[in-house]
Amino acid sequence: MKYLYYPGCSLKGTGRAYEESLLAVFGALHLPLQELDDWNCCGATAYMAVDEMKAFALAARNLALAEAQGSGNDDVTLVVPCNACYLVLMKTQRYMQEYAEVGKKLTRILEAAGLHYEGKVAIRHPLDVLVNDIGLEHISGHVKHSLGDLPVAAYYGCQMVRPYSTFDDQHNPMSMDRLAKALGAAPVDWPLKTRCCGGALTGTIENVGVRLNYILLKEAQKRGAQVMTTACPLCQFNLECYQGSMNRQYEERIHVTPIYFSQLMGVAFGLSQHTLGLHRSLVPMPQQLAI
Amino acid sequence: MFQQGIQRRIKYQAELDGNFAKEIASTPGCDNLFSCIQCGKCSGTCPLSIYMDFTPRRVIAMTRAGFKEDVLRSQTIWLCASCYSCTVECPKEIKITDVMYALKQRAIKDKVYPKRFPTPVLAREFFRSVWKYGRNTESWLIVRMYLKSNPFKMIMQGLLGFNLWRTGRMGLKTESIKDRTGLQRLLEAVERAEQKENRTPMGERE
Repeated sequence: MKYLYYPGCSLKGTGRAYEESLLAVFGALHLPLQELDDWNCCGATAYMAVDEMKAFALAARNLALAEAQGSGNDDVTLVVPCNACYLVLMKTQRYMQEYAEVGKKLTRILEAAGLHYEGKVAIRHPLDVLVNDIGLEHISGHVKHSLGDLPVAAYYGCQMVRPYSTFDDQHNPMSMDRLAKALGAAPVDWPLKTRCCGGALTGTIENVGVRLNYILLKEAQKRGAQVMTTACPLCQFNLECYQGSMNRQYEERIHVTPIYFSQLMGVAFGLSQHTLGLHRSLVPMPQQLAI
Repeated sequence: MFQQGIQRRIKYQAELDGNFAKEIASTPGCDNLFSCIQCGKCSGTCPLSIYMDFTPRRVIAMTRAGFKEDVLRSQTIWLCASCYSCTVECPKEIKITDVMYALKQRAIKDKVYPKRFPTPVLAREFFRSVWKYGRNTESWLIVRMYLKSNPFKMIMQGLLGFNLWRTGRMGLKTESIKDRTGLQRLLEAVERAEQKENRTPMGERE
């Protein structure tokens, strides 16, 4: 089975390490991800705030491209690692079906640009693919490096399990916890796994955005976590890059290392720091992650 | 002196906009705005309601009653980070996040968002970049947002920018798709469809 892959803008910029580690890990599992040719920005939350129809049209172009590039397969699976892209693409697919006028209008708009979409693309988060298609047993068979029960807080963020996806619970998702356990880490029990990091608020209203991330990291640290695994480039950016300013602002000593769940996988698989983009982190790594 | 400082705090019904709620409710996703029972679960679950001038519950009540100006000028809609917590929790299945989006779109269209408030500036800069290139280049997006909202803050963020550049996470090369004309055709088709419905499109083009 071939997986098409939609990186999104962040995975080519601040979230490069997510792409690097994800491709490395899927490669190690012999499941190559093929990048969707000529994909465009999903529109994110910003486009939706300006013009809803244009936001839908942007997302629909990607879905139409994916369907066309799916090489005649009836079911095309599009793997979308960024939580925001994942939500926007799913929302567009959903609204095209749920609201007849949206579906009709988008079909006409796509036609004007020489595109067509029939709704055959399955939009999947890589975490969903790993846990439910590949399976934890198979994944733990690839573990070569012991994580030594590294205490991990699995952080899902908001837009992965809410409001459209069905692969995990909306209030207390467990896939990433189970994955961490299968890799040899020790997931900690903590209640904030789907609480919002504030998204772009760190850039727009910094004191509010930083506070939200401070709450997340503080609670994780209180529960003994040394590492927080993330699944979204924006969450990762906020939790990692604002840790310094948060420690100054709140006179705290928070030292929880946020890394992508795919990086944790890669370390357990024995892949090098460079392959996994761990050298790009602005926060020091705990010993167990050093290979 | 004393009398000059006194202002009327309550609106007359004639000052409200009787069509506002209907207009918002006609946006896809906002259809069951009128079934709100004012239980406040949205405000309780919202991680940002403690910063808002009106809580989400109040925004819904005010929208329904036609307090158009107050709602569109509120900070609330620009504090919403679209985490969908309220949408999932709402017992009447109102897609509150979509209502917030509809209000943001309307505030931008009517140009009534709070001045120099960076969130709408970011949204518009993002919009422009994608219109032109099909993708957004994070580095330039951030630079343009700071320039247009708070240039001083950009200097404060210099170290973070340097660290991101040092670790290869902040390229200055503009990202772009190949088929830019195809994308323009697509977005222009949206404008035509919207014009047909007598809605003024944003059409933010340079």
